[in-house]
Amino acid sequence: MDKITTVTGTAVPLRRSNVDTDQIIPAVFLKRVTKTGFEDALFFAWRQDPEFVLNRPEFAGARILIAGPDFGTGSSREHAVWALRDYGFDVVISSRFGDIFRGNAGKQGLVAAQIAYEDVERLWETIEAEPGIAVTVDLVERTVGAGALTVPFDIDDYTRWRLLEGLDDIGLTLRDENAIAEFESHREAWRPKTLPIREPAESGSL
Amino acid sequence: MTTTIPTGERPRTLAEKVWADHLVKKGEAGTPDLIYIDLHLVHEVTSPQAFDGLRLAGRPVRRPDLTIATEDHNTPTLAIDKPIADPTSRTQIETLRRNAAEFGIRLHSLGDVEQGIVHVVGPQLGLTQPGITVVCGDSHTSTHGAFGAMAFGIGTSEVEHVLATQTLPLKPFKTMAINVEGSLRPGVTAKDIILAVIAKIGTGGGQGYVLEYRGSAIRALSMDGRMTICNMSIEAGARAGMVAPDATTYEYLKGRAHAPEGADWDAAVEYWETLATDDGAQFDAEVFIDADTLEPFVTWGTNPGQGVSLSEAVPDPATITDQHERAAAERALEYMDLAPGTPLKDIRVDAVFMGSCTNSRIEDLRAFASIIKGKHKADGVRVMVVPGSARVRLEAEAEGLDKVITEFGAEWRFAGCSMCLGMNPDQLAPGERCASTSNRNFEGRQGKGGRTHLVSPLVAAATAIRGTLSGPWDLEAASQAEGN
Repeated sequence: MDKITTVTGTAVPLRRSNVDTDQIIPAVFLKRVTKTGFEDALFFAWRQDPEFVLNRPEFAGARILIAGPDFGTGSSREHAVWALRDYGFDVVISSRFGDIFRGNAGKQGLVAAQIAYEDVERLWETIEAEPGIAVTVDLVERTVGAGALTVPFDIDDYTRWRLLEGLDDIGLTLRDENAIAEFESHREAWRPKTLPIREPAESGSL
Repeated sequence: MTTTIPTGERPRTLAEKVWADHLVKKGEAGTPDLIYIDLHLVHEVTSPQAFDGLRLAGRPVRRPDLTIATEDHNTPTLAIDKPIADPTSRTQIETLRRNAAEFGIRLHSLGDVEQGIVHVVGPQLGLTQPGITVVCGDSHTSTHGAFGAMAFGIGTSEVEHVLATQTLPLKPFKTMAINVEGSLRPGVTAKDIILAVIAKIGTGGGQGYVLEYRGSAIRALSMDGRMTICNMSIEAGARAGMVAPDATTYEYLKGRAHAPEGADWDAAVEYWETLATDDGAQFDAEVFIDADTLEPFVTWGTNPGQGVSLSEAVPDPATITDQHERAAAERALEYMDLAPGTPLKDIRVDAVFMGSCTNSRIEDLRAFASIIKGKHKADGVRVMVVPGSARVRLEAEAEGLDKVITEFGAEWRFAGCSMCLGMNPDQLAPGERCASTSNRNFEGRQGKGGRTHLVSPLVAAATAIRGTLSGPWDLEAASQAEGN
């Protein structure tokens, strides 16, 4: 994963709340077995409307998405994060995120920055007054800046550290392999196992 | 291991106990805890990129014996003996089969008696047990919490993480008690409880929490009902929902293929008995629902929190004070093509979908069949019944439910996720309106332009008979009127 410190670029105001992951990428696009190439699927249904904010020329090449509350709720599909990344977004800003989406974002180098709702409104107004204005997200200082406006954002310390350092989660966990093996050595015999395959004791239920 | 609380230790909740018993390493200075995963469920949609990651890094699956895969999201529900027509769906299924073979993972493929929706298969095999941790690359993994397990959905990066390490780095959750006291009236079900809970706390109300469903109405539910409730915890924003294990849980488990046997069973029950939340344990939040006054519930909008009692009318957004909720309601009514003030019972449907990991177990099918038996569906309404697993399908057929369903004029399909999310050919056409026993009424969820009303199996059945959103009480009223 690449290290991230600041992101500067065009920001898109998405004035909608409860943007669930089915809207970010509909299920029909989840059939691929690759991790890239999802840019066309992003907001597929909404993008059919020529007036949809992402279709406006002044927001071409945007790197930052600013959405209403409860962004990324619903399905666990990490494809939602891949689609945002593939489209070119490095940062999503909202006043509240779905838990699974936020976790997925942090693991794929997409910054999910949580800011107060009033600040979302102020950013929307600033950008709508001057579409294309450069917006800077500073992960070191935890701020979002647009023109004269600078507002703070929240991101948990651990995710921020991993993004700043570009660290891989699995590699970090495998440093604790001894602790995992130790835990497994105490695991009770009656805890479930999928293998070997067992048949029901009372097979007469069917 | 003993989990008896040492004297003087503070009382703990069910969720805290399961968490503590799976702590591999306590996080320090802001780092997350490392939590051991007892059971990893895998399906074809969220796993291919995870297996690719393992291959690239040269890592094996650490515990194939704690991992199990089924095919469910993409699978057709007709002609399952023929090759899958959609080439991308076929590729995804074939990719899972190759990955399972390469990494030594147990897989139940289309045509196998244990194939089905991953959240129906785990419990029916007896793999889902009290006090374990369960994950799957699917947000409805919360279903398994009905057994007193801590179960939650994860993304594909985490799927890879669990395959490689059998652990996940996690920050502790907060806990929320959902107290449901009283008795449900006949015709009111577990589905109505959870739709009422979501309407009350909202789609974001459970964020960061594990919900524990408690109270006399929950205790009175069967395991199938408890699974329906825990299943939709994610729709309230919570990653997990739990019910403390009790005699109902043990009775369900005993004799299932992977349930403990003999002395192991006794040891397991002894442990399971220690899991319930201690008297005096503190929850971070509490919610109260009165079961006595609940009515069948139905959604009118495009998120699962936009629901009201079936006897009510479509709300007027102008009366909603919160500006986001008002804007969302306006947009939802436009998408749903509904006018404020319309009685819900006047809404005509084009389709009824009976299935999904929320409501496709044997009791759900029995409930649906009990209402439609001897009747015929309304003209022009398409009714599709999709069992949760191949085994549920066989069980239903052994009871003759398939005949009740086909004589009603409904389609009796093979097992899978089907029209809950329309990854296979089972989809709504643009503009079609559906009463669905599934879990999400999002825009386009059941097919581009499709409109979804979430309902219980009983409401689905009554709606299929009358052609308009209806509950079982409406059928009784109609037959009494005829009798007069």
